[in-house]
Amino acid sequence: MWRRSASFILDERRRTSNSPPMADNNTTRAPFQNPDAISAYYQTRAAHHGVITSDWLAQAQAAVGGVSGEEYPDSSVAETGKEKTFNVIEEFNGWRKQPDLAEAVAAIRALAAVIRASEASTMMELEIELKKASDTLKSWDKTSISLTAGCDLFIRYVTRTSALEYEDFNSAKSRLLERAEKFGEISCKARKIIAMLSQDFIFDGCTILVHGLSRVVLEILKTAAQNNKLFRVLCTEGRPDGTGVLLSNELSKLDIPVKLLLDSAVAYSMDEVDMVFVGADGVVESGGIINMMGTYQIALVAHSMNKPVYVAAESYKFARLYPLDQKDMAPALRPIEFGVKIPEKVEVERSARDYTPPRYLTLLFTDLGVLSPSVVSDELIQLYL
Amino acid sequence: MESRRNPRAVVDPKVRQVGFFTSSQPDSTHQPDPIASESHPVVSSISPSGNSLSPVMIPPPRHNSSDTFPLRAAAASAVSPSSFSYSTRRDFPDGSTTAASPGRVSRGSFSKPSSSLPGVGMDAMAAAKSSSVPASGLNTVSVVNMPPEKESDQKKNSKPLKEKTTKAERRALQEAQRAAKAAANAEGGKAPLVSSGSVASTNIKATKPAKPSSQKNDVAVAAGPSEKKAGGQSEKDRKKDAPHPRMQYDDESRVVKAKRRAVVKQTEAKYRVELFRHLPQYEHGTQLPDLQTKFFQLDPMHPAVYKVGLQYLSGDISGGNARCIAMLQAFQEVVRDYSTPPEKTLNRDMTAKISSYVSFLIECRPLSVSMGNAIRFVKNRIAKLPITLSESEAKAALQSDIERFINEKIITADTVIVKHAVTKIRDGDVLLTYGSPTAVEMVLLHAHELGKKFRVLVVDSRPKLEGQLLLRRLIKRGINCTYTHINAISYIMHEVTKVFLGASSVLSNGTVYSRVGTACVAMVASAFRVPVLVCCEAYKLHERVQLDSICSNELGDPNAISKVHGREDINYLDGLTNNANLQFLNLMFDATPSDYISMIITDYGMVPPTSVPVIVREYQKEHSLV
Repeated sequence: MWRRSASFILDERRRTSNSPPMADNNTTRAPFQNPDAISAYYQTRAAHHGVITSDWLAQAQAAVGGVSGEEYPDSSVAETGKEKTFNVIEEFNGWRKQPDLAEAVAAIRALAAVIRASEASTMMELEIELKKASDTLKSWDKTSISLTAGCDLFIRYVTRTSALEYEDFNSAKSRLLERAEKFGEISCKARKIIAMLSQDFIFDGCTILVHGLSRVVLEILKTAAQNNKLFRVLCTEGRPDGTGVLLSNELSKLDIPVKLLLDSAVAYSMDEVDMVFVGADGVVESGGIINMMGTYQIALVAHSMNKPVYVAAESYKFARLYPLDQKDMAPALRPIEFGVKIPEKVEVERSARDYTPPRYLTLLFTDLGVLSPSVVSDELIQLYL
Repeated sequence: MESRRNPRAVVDPKVRQVGFFTSSQPDSTHQPDPIASESHPVVSSISPSGNSLSPVMIPPPRHNSSDTFPLRAAAASAVSPSSFSYSTRRDFPDGSTTAASPGRVSRGSFSKPSSSLPGVGMDAMAAAKSSSVPASGLNTVSVVNMPPEKESDQKKNSKPLKEKTTKAERRALQEAQRAAKAAANAEGGKAPLVSSGSVASTNIKATKPAKPSSQKNDVAVAAGPSEKKAGGQSEKDRKKDAPHPRMQYDDESRVVKAKRRAVVKQTEAKYRVELFRHLPQYEHGTQLPDLQTKFFQLDPMHPAVYKVGLQYLSGDISGGNARCIAMLQAFQEVVRDYSTPPEKTLNRDMTAKISSYVSFLIECRPLSVSMGNAIRFVKNRIAKLPITLSESEAKAALQSDIERFINEKIITADTVIVKHAVTKIRDGDVLLTYGSPTAVEMVLLHAHELGKKFRVLVVDSRPKLEGQLLLRRLIKRGINCTYTHINAISYIMHEVTKVFLGASSVLSNGTVYSRVGTACVAMVASAFRVPVLVCCEAYKLHERVQLDSICSNELGDPNAISKVHGREDINYLDGLTNNANLQFLNLMFDATPSDYISMIITDYGMVPPTSVPVIVREYQKEHSLV
């Protein structure tokens, strides 16, 4: 771990003089990077995007197999729970693989499956089971914010409605199931609402810069095209996922003029851009967003050139996180291909996401309306209090 | 800040123009402008007790000027031409006011028989705003909406400070202010007017000389920071919804009235900084022996409250949480020993008693925001007691309520804050803290218990040197610490990874009101891009807004600055506190703007500074339901 301060260097020297330098390397790396932890969330996203190399696939399968193998014994708490937890994660993975389904919806569908398969006879028991299942899911993939947020939301909904005592158990259960099913629709509707809200911001002749492949942003652009607006899109290449290529495929099908940029060409082209649209993996309490690596860079450039940055995110992505800086989140790593062999000693920054502070964002388009970043905390307090 | 104050065209005595209007020294008129700043004591070239005072200079409030007021009649809607105001201003530095003023006596002989009327209205209006701190937007509305005669009445009301000037000179000044105000109003109210108007309107509340509403004065003073009184006259009802504006100590008559009722006979410090005249400053250390002898003679005062008051006075208890808990525990004893006098209801009588105790505590040491909120809570609970309860039941309910408040809002809140804050501490961190905030201390100790490897940098400052206490406690637990003074923060800031600060209060616009020096630390941290985390319990949040550190603050003992403890060789300033040319300024608090704060950790979770009004709103809702 690289440290700037003089006192730390002195400490290090004292320590290295006492112990061999090898131990030092290990200790400095251990607390921060587990080199083998690959984020399942970003693997799935990559799978959706369909740009995979065979090397990566082999690696990913090995990693997924390894991770879920070691997690199962940890996560099963009760005796009956073991089978259930097995079910939940498998169920979740099944849902998650569908490219059109949002992460949180997959989580909620998995929890709905838990309800269906549950043998509980009282609300309290059901709640406990759900809580256990949700904890399992969350601990299985700590890097996915929508997963955590979706689970939390559903559990909150369950706790709130279970306070209605006059309902009998079966009707309550069926109501919960109904709600879980509806959540999928809500998610789709959310996208449509967001698309509708953002139409006012796209004017004829504008140039939009898009980073990453967000299904919400795609929906926005589709709706704009359907409304016969004239605009063109610049999309970043989005290495290593290749999101830019995919997006340009989709957009050219809709006859929207698209231009592909290298990630490093953003500042160069920022002059001709009118606005930047990004999605979000998660919206944090400060009003900032966590999104694909590169979003922070683009937001910084746009802010310094006075271009608005608009974020399109559904409200279930609001999470109770508050990163202070880039490293303050759970690390989410992704294997990166360079096409050539890299020597062993060279470190690679493999984080898949970054945090954009709220002061670089102009507006958030959500299904709750068009919000400014400081309103996110307001909504979260009301939701979780 | 100073650019906003200095180029003011209005001669408003309520706003301390430090050396702005000097007498026959034209060079010094320019001098004080660049150096006029809130933070250091201003060396005024005009001694307050000097004989040759320019009429514009603001002498210290010495004698009662209330007898001059009945002579003034209400002003008509006279709007003087703007040229008039400028000519009067130009005349002043020449010292030829005496010549000019007789000519203006006739104009200035407007008295105010209806002074009571607008005063009452003003009172309600001013009270309806947030407390003494001018949220300038709100107060401007109140000023502008009023008919012009009321405005000039305000101007007349704000007269009482010029005891040393002759009546004629005062009237001339008045005219100038009124004219300038009308002129500025005509121009559409520029920024200086806003602050002067706002200060004027808040001071209207303070200045009620010889009015029939003097009884309201008594009530107002006795009420202290409270806003909810169970019974009361109509003025009290109007004041119910607003936090009570604090008494402004530059109004002579109010101060005298307060003193008459006071238990603690404080003597005012002789030489005070102009800019902070509205805050009380007393000679320290003189009353303690006197009060101690009176301990057994004071019938109306409960001994527990008396003890707490003395502890505040001597500085034994300091820190928002400690003071609040001590006060609440004293109130618990009060409730326990209370018995309803015949023909009085429990609610009203106990509320009155609590109010009188609170005013005693204020005399010992001005209330902190946490104490204010706690008092509001106690009065709320008293008011909400159902009438049907018997006395013992009511007392038991009250005591358990207070106990619950202490446990929930302070002790448990601290544990929740610690739980949130330790998630932000990582191995290898260098954490900076300033002073001795209790919440931060708990966070550091808990993180150390959890086995996190970090270093602490304790920054300290004179004269209180509170950081040394924190340092001792941390070292005892084995935490790696570094100690430095605040003048070295830019030197060490590059090593720091996070800054943890405590707060006396966080205001609605995200401003953190905390121990003096906190703002410096936060600003330097922000310049070095180090995140600043403020740990503050939710009961300390307040709905008022403060824009600077001047309008609401606390002045400490000036001798503490002049003496350096233990170093006799550098006590150059010792004995100079009574020098007319030197004024010591020992501020206790300062306001940190929200831009320098990264996050606020409360028992409601980690929130950005913009979300404080949301929490205040939710908190009130919770309280009204409870």
